[in-house]
Amino acid sequence: MSDLGCIIGGVESINPFWLASAPPSDKKYNVERAFKAGWGGAVWKTLGVDPPVVNVTGRYGVHRTQDRRIIGINNIELISDRPLDVNLREMEEMRREWPDRVIIGSIMAPMDEQAWKSLAIKVANSGVQGIELNLGCPHGMCERGMGSAVGQDPEFVEQTTRWVREVVDIPVFTKLTPNVTDIIVPAAAAKAGGAHAVSLINTVNSVIGIDLDTMAPTPTVDGRGTHGGYCGEAVKPIALHMTAEIARQPETQGLEISAIGGITTWRDAAEFIALGAGAVQVCTAAMLYGFRIVEDMNEGLGAFMRDKGFRSIADFKGKAMAQTVDWNELNINHDLKARIDDEACIECGRCFIACEDTAHQAIRIDAKTDGGRKFTVIDDECVGCNLCMHVCPVKGCITMEAVDTDRPYLTWPEHPKNPLRKVAE
Amino acid sequence: MKHFKLTTDNSRLSSRDIAENFDDLHPALDGAQAIVEAARCIYCYDAPCMNACPTRIDIPKFIHQIRSGNLDGSAQTILSENIMGGACARACPTEVLCEEVCVVHHTEGAPVKIGELQRHAVDHIMMKGGSHPFSRAPLSGCKLAVIGAGPAGLSFAHRAAMLGHDVVVFEAKPEAGGLNEYGLAGYKMANDFAQAEVEFLLAIGGINIEHGKVLDDNLLLDDLRGAYDAVFIGAGLATARGLGVDGENLAGVGDALEFIENIRVAADKSSVQVGDDVVVIGGGNTAIDAAVQAKCLGACNVTLVYRRGPDAMTATQWERDLATANGVVVHYWASPEAFSGGAKVERAVFSAMRIDDGKLTPSGDSFELPADMVLKAIGQTLNSDIFGEMKLDGGKIAVDAQYQTSLPGVYAGGDCVKSGEDLTVQAVEDGKQAAIAADIMLRAKLKGAAE
Repeated sequence: MSDLGCIIGGVESINPFWLASAPPSDKKYNVERAFKAGWGGAVWKTLGVDPPVVNVTGRYGVHRTQDRRIIGINNIELISDRPLDVNLREMEEMRREWPDRVIIGSIMAPMDEQAWKSLAIKVANSGVQGIELNLGCPHGMCERGMGSAVGQDPEFVEQTTRWVREVVDIPVFTKLTPNVTDIIVPAAAAKAGGAHAVSLINTVNSVIGIDLDTMAPTPTVDGRGTHGGYCGEAVKPIALHMTAEIARQPETQGLEISAIGGITTWRDAAEFIALGAGAVQVCTAAMLYGFRIVEDMNEGLGAFMRDKGFRSIADFKGKAMAQTVDWNELNINHDLKARIDDEACIECGRCFIACEDTAHQAIRIDAKTDGGRKFTVIDDECVGCNLCMHVCPVKGCITMEAVDTDRPYLTWPEHPKNPLRKVAE
Repeated sequence: MKHFKLTTDNSRLSSRDIAENFDDLHPALDGAQAIVEAARCIYCYDAPCMNACPTRIDIPKFIHQIRSGNLDGSAQTILSENIMGGACARACPTEVLCEEVCVVHHTEGAPVKIGELQRHAVDHIMMKGGSHPFSRAPLSGCKLAVIGAGPAGLSFAHRAAMLGHDVVVFEAKPEAGGLNEYGLAGYKMANDFAQAEVEFLLAIGGINIEHGKVLDDNLLLDDLRGAYDAVFIGAGLATARGLGVDGENLAGVGDALEFIENIRVAADKSSVQVGDDVVVIGGGNTAIDAAVQAKCLGACNVTLVYRRGPDAMTATQWERDLATANGVVVHYWASPEAFSGGAKVERAVFSAMRIDDGKLTPSGDSFELPADMVLKAIGQTLNSDIFGEMKLDGGKIAVDAQYQTSLPGVYAGGDCVKSGEDLTVQAVEDGKQAAIAADIMLRAKLKGAAE
C-alpha cells in the first residue's frame, strides 16, 4: 500500500487533499460532510474581525467551454459572514470530533498589528493545527485595505506573517495572491516573515463575462457587476508556474508549498507535488461536483504511486523540478518533426488548416485512390511546433518524432547567432 | 428508431393513435441538445460532409454558428446554398449523404446529427418570422417561367428572384411543394411543414404561382418560350410505371405515390382507406414510406416485396430498419406475376427470382400472398410526348452542364433530368444552378442589347 500521508508546514495529514478556504468550508455541516467523504483537512472559510461582513446575492459567474462544461468560476463572495464565535465553536467541535483530520483557521484583518494578533490568538485557541493568512482576495476585501491589498505589498506580507508568528505557536501558512508581477517577491517576503509554508494561488482577478443583453458583467447584482476571483481548471497552468518558481528559485527554495489552483483530479495534484508542493487544496472541483470527488483523488493518486513505485508523497515530491528550467537552458539543437499515422487519420483536415493558415505550411494534402485525403508532413518546412498534434482530434494520430541531428546540446547563451554569446575562455 | 402504434391481434388503432403516428418522426432538438450535439463536430477543413451534400452547404460553418449562438447566421449559411434546407433536414437520407462520411464515425462510432442540427437552425429562423433572410438584386426586367412548383422549380424561382428576375411558376396541383407536399411520408413533414416552407420561400417576393396549369393541356411550352425570357422545367416524373401483369387493374391495386398523396392531403389521417393485408412492391424509399404509413394507418400485415436482394435495394438501411422495426416484412427476390380476386384484389402471386449469368430471372418457384391492397412503388417515368422535339437522355430530359435543354433558353432540373439521385436535395441544387446559369445568359443578353 502506498501511503498518502504527508506533512506540510509541520502539519500531519492522512492525505494531501484539503478543502481550500472558500464557500465549501464555511461551516461545520459542510466540513463534516467533506471529512466523511475522505478529505484530509479543511482550511476554514476566512474569519475576520466582528462584525461579520455582509454578502450580496448573485455571487458566482462561470466560464464554459463550447460544450457547456464549466472550466472556471469567478466569485464575488467575501469572507465568512457568520459571527466569529460561532465559527470558532464549530472549529473546536470539529477538531474534537475528527482528531485525525486537519483544521486550519484562515484569517484576514486590516493592516493593524493588534487586529491580526488578537484574531490569530482567538483562532489558535480553538485548537486548529495551523493558521492561514488570507492575503489574496482580489475583490471587495481589498477595497477595505485587506486581502490582495495586503498580499500585493511585500512589506505587508512579511509584517503580517511576522505578527502572527509572534503570538501563536502553531504553523503559519501565508496565502499568496497571483495578482502580482513576480510571485517570488511576496513568497520571499512570507519566508522572511517566518512562514512555515505558503499557500497559493488565491483567485485570479477577473471579469468572467458580459451579459450582452443587459450590458453588465456577470455575476450581475441589480444591474451592475464587478471584478471577482477566478478559479477552477482554467487557472491551473498559472498556479503550476507559480508553484514551480517558488520551488526552484534560490530566494524561496525550501519554502513549503500548499498548492491551490484548479486541482480537479488526482493527476492535477500529482503534477503540483512533482513541482514541489507538499500538499494541495481544492475548492472549485468540489463546488461543481460535490465532496465525493475526493474519493477518486485518493484512489487515483494511490494507484499512480503504486504504478510508479512511489511509497510516499515525499518519494515523488519535486521530481519534475530538475527538468523545469529557464528557456536559456533548453537545447536549441533538439529537432522534432510531426508524424501522421495514416491508419489512425480520420481525414478531418484540422492539422492541415492549422499549419497552412497559422504555422509553417508544412502539411500537404494528396488525393487517395479511394477518394479520401492523405496528409503528409513536409519535413523541410516542419519546425516541430506541436500545433498539428494538439489540434488533431484523434489521440496518438499525430506524434512528434525526435530527429537525430548529430549536433550537441546547445543553449541560446552559447549559440553562434546570439550576439551576446558567451565564448568559452 | 421510432416505434409507431401498431394494430395487434387484440386491438385496432384509434383515430388518436393514427394521428400520433403521423407526428414528427424525430422530435426537434431543443437549444441545449443542439449545443451539445454541435460540440461533437470536429470542424473539419474542406469537410467530407460538405462535399457529400449535393447543395454543398458549409456544414462545419453552420454547426459552428449553432455553437457560437448565432442561429440566424447558421440558418443563413444553410439557406444560402439550399433554400429548402428545412425539408432536406427532415427528408434527406443523411445516412447516405453528409452523415455517412462524417469523420466523427471514426472517433465516436456515430456521426454528428447534421440533419437534426440543420433543422434546428432553419426551424429557428422560420418560426421567428420577421423579414426574409435574403434580399433581391436590382430588378433586371426579365420574366422567367417555371413549370412545376416542386423543389426544383421553387429553388429555381427563389434563386432567380434573388438575382433580380420576376418569376411565374405554373403548377398543376392545388398546392405548391411537389413531392415535399404530396410524395413523402406524413411523419417526415409533420405540421404542414412543406406549406410553411413554400410560404417562407415566396416571401422573397417577385414569384407568382398559378395553380391548375397542366403542361400540354392548358399550358404550352412554345407559348411560354415566346412570352418569357427563359423557361425552367421542373416537372418531375409524372407517369407511374406499370407492372404489365394480370390483375393490375383490379380494385385495390394502386400506385404507392397516390396512396401517399391521399394520406398527405387528408386532414384526418384515419379517414384514409388502408387494407388489412397490404403488399408493397418496390425497393426504394417511396416503397418504405408507403409500407410504414400503411402500418401507421392500422394495416395488420404489410409485406414489402422486392425483386432483387438487399444489396440492390435503393432504400437506405435506416429506412429499412424503420420499416422492419415497425412490423413490415421485407421479402427479397420475388417479382409479381399476377393479382387475383373478385370485385377487389385478394391475392398476389409472385415468382421467386435469382441471378443467372448476371441476369435477373425467375427461378421457377412461385408463391402467393393474401392481399387486399397492393401498392406499386416501382418508379415514375417522364411523359416524353409532351416535350416535343426536346432531346432526351435515358428517358429523361437531356441538359448540358448549365442545365440548358436542347432548346435555347429552356432549362430543366429535378427528377425530370439525369443529374444525380432523385432526391429533394438534388432537385434544389439543380434549380439553384439552373437559375445561376439562366441569370448569366440573361445578363449577357442584356449587356449585348445595351451595346
